[in-house]
Amino acid sequence: MSERASVPAEDEQADDESTEEQAPVTTGAQSVVRALENAGAEYIFGVQGGAIMPVYDALYDSDITHVTMAHEQGASHAADAYGIVTGDPGVCFATSGPGATNLVTGIADASMDSDPMIALTGQVPTDFVGNDAFQETDTVGITQPITKESYFANHSDTVGNDVSEAFALADAGRQGPTLVDLPKDVTQGETDVEPMAPSTPDTYDVPEEADDEAVQEAADVLADADRPVILAGGGVIKADASNALREFAMEYEIPVITTMPGIGSFPEDHELSLEWAGMHGTGYANMAITNTDCMLAIGTRFDDRLTGGVDSFAPDADLVHVDIDPAEISKNVYADYPLVGDARAVLRQLFDAMPRAPDADEWREQCQDWKVEFPMTYEMPDDEPLKPQYVVETFSDVTPDDTIVCTGVGQHQMWASQFWEYTEPRTWVSSHGLGTMGYGVPAAIGAKLAAPDQEVVCFDGDGSFLMTVQGLSVAVRENLDITYVILNNEAVGMVRQWQDGFYEGRRMASEYPWIPQFDKLAEAFGARGFRLEEAEDVEDTIQAARDYDGPSVIDAHIDPGENVFPMVPSGGDNGLFALEEDHLEML
Amino acid sequence: MPGPAPDERMRPEGRRNSQGIRVDPEAEVTHEPRQAVLSALVKHRPGVLSEVSGLFSRRQFNIESLTVGPTSDENIARMTILIEEPEPGIEQAKKQLQKLVPVISVMELEPEAVRRELALIKVGGEKPDDVNAVAEMYDGQAVDASTDSVTVEVTGSKQKIDAAVEAFRQFDVQEIVRTGAAALERGPTTLDKDD
Repeated sequence: MSERASVPAEDEQADDESTEEQAPVTTGAQSVVRALENAGAEYIFGVQGGAIMPVYDALYDSDITHVTMAHEQGASHAADAYGIVTGDPGVCFATSGPGATNLVTGIADASMDSDPMIALTGQVPTDFVGNDAFQETDTVGITQPITKESYFANHSDTVGNDVSEAFALADAGRQGPTLVDLPKDVTQGETDVEPMAPSTPDTYDVPEEADDEAVQEAADVLADADRPVILAGGGVIKADASNALREFAMEYEIPVITTMPGIGSFPEDHELSLEWAGMHGTGYANMAITNTDCMLAIGTRFDDRLTGGVDSFAPDADLVHVDIDPAEISKNVYADYPLVGDARAVLRQLFDAMPRAPDADEWREQCQDWKVEFPMTYEMPDDEPLKPQYVVETFSDVTPDDTIVCTGVGQHQMWASQFWEYTEPRTWVSSHGLGTMGYGVPAAIGAKLAAPDQEVVCFDGDGSFLMTVQGLSVAVRENLDITYVILNNEAVGMVRQWQDGFYEGRRMASEYPWIPQFDKLAEAFGARGFRLEEAEDVEDTIQAARDYDGPSVIDAHIDPGENVFPMVPSGGDNGLFALEEDHLEML
Repeated sequence: MPGPAPDERMRPEGRRNSQGIRVDPEAEVTHEPRQAVLSALVKHRPGVLSEVSGLFSRRQFNIESLTVGPTSDENIARMTILIEEPEPGIEQAKKQLQKLVPVISVMELEPEAVRRELALIKVGGEKPDDVNAVAEMYDGQAVDASTDSVTVEVTGSKQKIDAAVEAFRQFDVQEIVRTGAAALERGPTTLDKDD
């Protein structure tokens, strides 16, 4: 997982003849930058500011590319997306006070989705800490609950080690964000101490393989099952276990459901795929979850948007739960067969331990029947108005398999996950646990820099796009070839959907009749703008936007009446889903 | 058309309780809250106490007391935490605690572990002999006296302290301060520092 972390810094310097001999560090700030270089960081997403100026000054001489973001929130989301796509920690910088607090949303987002990220924040000089100095805030105190660990650097000699450890920790085991708070006197202070090679704290254990006996027991139960399913979570992708999952599922012919963060871990065009389950998951995935007698769940934390009410979640299933974090075992749903370990390692163990494939012909047929009974469809009137699902589906059809899809949060996110066909891991970049509107614009920037050779599309909503629209200036400046598609329904659509469904249509603060003209806004930023209103123009507009070498924005004016289905109401029974508006009343 | 109703499912009797535990419909299992004493060795450095207390509050673990103090190793502190939770919560609290980076090791102490609390009770100074007599009954002693007040120290189990506090109410109680529990396992069992 952290291959880089195991390489001692000395070797890297000695072996790498292409770079000139590194000058010895003379300040804490140089030690910080050296630690990032040793860890293999290539990009930093950040915003300058008073307290972090010494670190920026040290960056002046570094080969690391700094991408100046328009807002610190964007810096954290871009770093998060970079981490999702590459698998290595994304790096973001901000100054003290407002810089640090602006990062908080992105750090919390990374924490909820276990995305590898390291945040470095400036801090007022140590002597001023605690005095309510200018731009002082208790960054460690604020971020402690939303990081794996927040470090307060207290000496120039050790600040580099703090960064090395934070970097390794973000990457190790269950990935997640870490933070190092850097007082200005510590980074400005003199030191000749080179930072240690990245290594995790001595109190941090990372399990590899699971206990063999427990694996055998779980494999026996799975082999005996009549109605087995695999539930693949984001942990499968994080552990680079997608291939191991494919081999296992295909060898033993077990249907695969993913969670939303698990999208891409198993090819959705494969017969065994039931796509993803949960509140807006497919009817067939939710039917399979509700009726399975044995679930192999891998790298998932059983979020409430997945389970609905836990009392009705997989009610008749023996649960085998594979997770690298022991604290996830039996946290939300009780695991009959807990297997603590790395997803890839444990999948290999299970592969070898399976005595035979489960006898599940009938069950697989049943799953196929559900696909027919509850298909993912939408109404496509011949003329007006434009359906968002059609835009997503058309885009999916014309792009290569490794195209990366980023999203904001809301209805557009659900359509992008439902109607795009995902076949590769690390091609779905979204905000799941925290549900951060505004994630999309900066995330696409991080994703494009992480994978410059892959096409990057960002579906966004009008509300979500407006929250971080300033990031467009970065995409233009860096000339990033990203296609933004705004599924514009002039509303915070998901809220409006709930108001219509559960609040008697009282649309309080959910409609945006004052929405800007996004195509013109895009042009003002220096991007290409397109306005899309007719179904017949969808293909041509997509083609024109894709052909443009640089960021483009398609403002797609969609049917404002379109809502997201299927839907399991919050806390509901996954087996009882609404396929259309009227069904909600029956649930 | 929504999915079929629960009674039309392949195994309609399947069900879990609100804790996500699959239940036998014949024998519903409920877990009553119980008290547990968690003992943890942590790195002795700034911020650890807030990290641990923050964990307990944000995950809504019901914490009764938390004491922290140095150990024989100056780099390591020991925390003793009393929580009251139903069974899955105690296990979860242990695992979440173990997950914190500065936490070295965690264990739940046996119910019969040695547990001690301390109370300082300040009462009016009118009847010093009577106060002393009550203090002796609870193996306590006066640690400060003036013309207007006597302060008594009592150590022992929570039950003993409760009883002592109750007994002192016959005097003019001016102030009481109590600590949380400090606890160690009986016998040779210790917490592993190298965990």
